[in-house]
Amino acid sequence: MSAVDEDPFSPTAGLPPAMAEIVEDFQALPERERLQLLLEFSQGLPPLPPHLAEHPELLERVDECQSPVFVNVEVDDASRVHLHVSAPPEAPTTRGFAGVLREGLDGLPAEEVLQLPPDVCSRLGLEQAVSPLRMRGMTGMLARVKRQVRVATAS
Amino acid sequence: MALPHDGDEKLAAYAHPEKLVTTAWLAEHLGEPGLKVVESDEDVLLWDTGHVPGSVKVDWHTELNDPVTRDYVDGEGFAALMSRKGIAREDTVVIYGDKNNWWAAYALWVFTLFGHPDVRLLDGGRAKWIAEGRETTTEAPEPQPTDYPVVERQDASIRAFKEDVLAHLGGRLIDVRSPQEYTGERTHMPDYPEEGTVRGGHIPGADSVPWARAAAEDGTFRTREELEAIYQREKGLAPADDVIAYCRIGERSSHTWFVLQHLLGFEKVRNYDGSWTEWGNTVRVPIVKGPDKGEAPAVRR
Repeated sequence: MSAVDEDPFSPTAGLPPAMAEIVEDFQALPERERLQLLLEFSQGLPPLPPHLAEHPELLERVDECQSPVFVNVEVDDASRVHLHVSAPPEAPTTRGFAGVLREGLDGLPAEEVLQLPPDVCSRLGLEQAVSPLRMRGMTGMLARVKRQVRVATAS
Repeated sequence: MALPHDGDEKLAAYAHPEKLVTTAWLAEHLGEPGLKVVESDEDVLLWDTGHVPGSVKVDWHTELNDPVTRDYVDGEGFAALMSRKGIAREDTVVIYGDKNNWWAAYALWVFTLFGHPDVRLLDGGRAKWIAEGRETTTEAPEPQPTDYPVVERQDASIRAFKEDVLAHLGGRLIDVRSPQEYTGERTHMPDYPEEGTVRGGHIPGADSVPWARAAAEDGTFRTREELEAIYQREKGLAPADDVIAYCRIGERSSHTWFVLQHLLGFEKVRNYDGSWTEWGNTVRVPIVKGPDKGEAPAVRR
């Protein structure tokens, strides 16, 4: 591990490898292009799997988001987390953040998800382009993901 | 050269029908010289996913706000922005956006601070354009820079500052936030520490009229008759009243400002853009919690 990685103020500090890689990808770009990368994540967000698409009651609404955004977290037998998010096409920024969370978290042990720093969405270097009020919904999304992981692992 | 007004019958009933166009009017005039179309959204990426052909994006956060001081850009900043977007002072600007034109109304209000002569909203906004299956593109236009003049921003007539609101206490105020924000129960939600204010409630004497009441199901503005029923008959406002509208940062209240000023023809309407994020964090300003409007205290000088 290099000295840079140990810097507690580094954007990737305390992140699991997949999330750290995403953060590095964003940080390596000039600000304008970071938005384009977020747009790509929004386009890459997969639709809900059929067992959830047919049972919307299994999804929890993220009230902090202006748009109707729903999350569902499954923890499998190996205690690994699977994140499903539904967000409308009219909310590409939210979809983009959901795509980042999904790619960065999917398949991680529940323990590691719970230890994610709460500010992970603001590590992407988008504060200049995306207002703090918009970021609030993203923090809300991660808080709900963690709560669902806690509920799923408590039983 | 300004484009002709939309003669639509529903629009004709408003006090200033020239401030709105229908989707049909826009489709008919799209591409004509002298018409510039601006999309302004809550979501910074939405324009990129597809927009009205030829439209340019204006982002409230990165382009209309000053990046350092909590204020709008100044005359030079606005002139540079307009030039970059290919907008000339004499152009007819039609603004549309997501969320019932919430951000579009905000952008229009900022254009008005700089006295842009002809700026209109697309009734129904982005959602209606798309619902009607009208043309969109992801192609970004390459605007020709213009020599937009440097015009000093005129805040006095349509913008209220905290001091103006303090001096206005006892007068008519409209709080356009959600009922939960109005009563103050929405400040201490668990898990979401970034709510932004240390106190919840509303400004004493403010009536609660959530902004979206002015919008119909399809995102268009309610008819003149329906709007009068809400603001004039239900809330007892009169067009000669001096009214200040506010929300959290002044965006939702721009929508209400537009309704009162342009659709109902109120003579003096100001938008308090400091709104709750300023008032709810300010030391020793009066606040009322709960559903009652409350009494305005004597003005503290």
